[in-house]
Amino acid sequence: MMNNKITKILVYIILTIGAILTVLPLLWMVVTSFKSMEEVFTVPIQWIPKEFKFLNYTEVFAVMDFAQYYFNTIVVTISRICGLFLTATMAGYAFAKLRFPGRNFLFMLLLMTLMVPIHTIMYPAYQVISELGMINSYQGLIIPQMLGAFGGAFSIFLIKQGFESIPNELMEAAKVDGAGIFRTFFQVMLPQIKPVLASFFIFSFNSSWNDYIYPLIVVNDDNMKTLSLGLAGFTSMREGLTNYPLMMAAAVMTLLPVIILFVAAQKYFIESAVASGLKG
Amino acid sequence: MKSFRKNWREWLGAYIFIAPAMIGLFLFMVYPLIKGMYLSFYDVKLMDQTFIGLDNYVKLFNDKHFIQAMGNTAQYTLGIIVFGVPLSLLMAVFMNQKMTGITGFRLFYYLPVITSMIAVSMVWKGLFTADGLVNQIIGLVGIEPVNWLTDERYALMAIIIMSIWKGSGFNMLVFLGGLQTIPTSIYEAADVDGASPITKFFRITLPLLSPTIFFVSVTTIINSFQVFEQAQILTNGGPKGATSTIVLTIYENAFEAFQPGYASAQAVILFAILLSITILQFIVQKRWVYRIDE
Repeated sequence: MMNNKITKILVYIILTIGAILTVLPLLWMVVTSFKSMEEVFTVPIQWIPKEFKFLNYTEVFAVMDFAQYYFNTIVVTISRICGLFLTATMAGYAFAKLRFPGRNFLFMLLLMTLMVPIHTIMYPAYQVISELGMINSYQGLIIPQMLGAFGGAFSIFLIKQGFESIPNELMEAAKVDGAGIFRTFFQVMLPQIKPVLASFFIFSFNSSWNDYIYPLIVVNDDNMKTLSLGLAGFTSMREGLTNYPLMMAAAVMTLLPVIILFVAAQKYFIESAVASGLKG
Repeated sequence: MKSFRKNWREWLGAYIFIAPAMIGLFLFMVYPLIKGMYLSFYDVKLMDQTFIGLDNYVKLFNDKHFIQAMGNTAQYTLGIIVFGVPLSLLMAVFMNQKMTGITGFRLFYYLPVITSMIAVSMVWKGLFTADGLVNQIIGLVGIEPVNWLTDERYALMAIIIMSIWKGSGFNMLVFLGGLQTIPTSIYEAADVDGASPITKFFRITLPLLSPTIFFVSVTTIINSFQVFEQAQILTNGGPKGATSTIVLTIYENAFEAFQPGYASAQAVILFAILLSITILQFIVQKRWVYRIDE
């Protein structure tokens, strides 16, 4: 009994140390974002700034076009999610519940694109976007992902699995009632997979908000940059090389929406992670 | 013919449903993949392209920078597999205890996973400076400070450390899922036999978890071979190419050195590596499943 108690306390201690080490870098980010430049690298480190420089946060908007980056990221993320929602639910439904020639072949092809990360097709993907005249444009940043390219195949897979767990009787009952294929889909079947859709929204929001490589290859105009791209550009500029308080203030503002969403909807983050862990 | 007349409505509906996804798939993924393979046999200039056969591939295997990048990427992958994967397994084992409040830790461990790689790379750039937090922490246990990002002996290690911090929470979660499928009755039987926690870990947990361990290792290898953002932000491949990676080299050749044909050959090599790992996974997994079935 005694032994058991000691083990328990030990487990708590180890987990707590692990948690502290995990959070420490993010804590450093927050603390640094309120410091003056001279205070950043003191030895030993000051965890509480002498005076809180809230002005760092407003200054971020002056040294780079941060508001524009933020706006672009919001536009791109929302548009991608709305578009992909239609694309992925429709395709997932068709692959799960409808019969048509070529179904297995096309689904295999879809699964195979999961093995083609954007890293392996950077230049030709850039060429396609360029030939379509969509470099440096919202269309270029949005349309491919709306149509399920660059990661959307996973969402289709997730949603297909969701639909497979819904009994066919429901679909057939709707058909008997005279509902067409579109009404059956939107009014009867789609509401059945709400938990999967919640995971889908979280997953898509997160990957779109944090997306870097794709914007990197199709955008070079400062006006069209997203947050990740803008931040990366800033760190390579002279000011960004040294001005850690400003960099950290920008990082905090970039991470904030994702962290708020994570704390509010933790369950769905975990579920989408477990689902993606099971895709193999 | 009969089935066509009977079913064409449903077929048409289905094709309309999958049309957006299929257009996206072919236009932005299948076509670029084929185009990339095609370009890898060409010398691509701004205005024209000339067929040069296998020259790009020959050049690639004599290119010191590319070989170095391959080596770095392999070392990085090895580092993550050797240190990162066991760490997340260990964390999952601790998290799998039936103790009050333990799921609260999940929130903390998973936090780095959801963050933007660019933003946290900026954070770690600050942590790795000479007077930075990392040096201060290792100083507590008596280790001399290190120039993490400017010393070619340590730069890759710095990137590995940061990546383990960023990615372990995810693997931990997958391991936790695997652990929860192991029936508790097995552990209870071992308790009756008086087995110690360490015996239980090696005799029960590890063997029964081997499919999950295998899966996590394979996905980790695949992801690690694509390492890019951290290397670009923290060190941009330096010092002296010590942190150049395959993807970083592809990016530089395609968009900075304007050698897209050559970059395409490198991308084909990367794709071939990823593909062979995946195929290997399928083969091994098949055998594994059979063995458990028997």
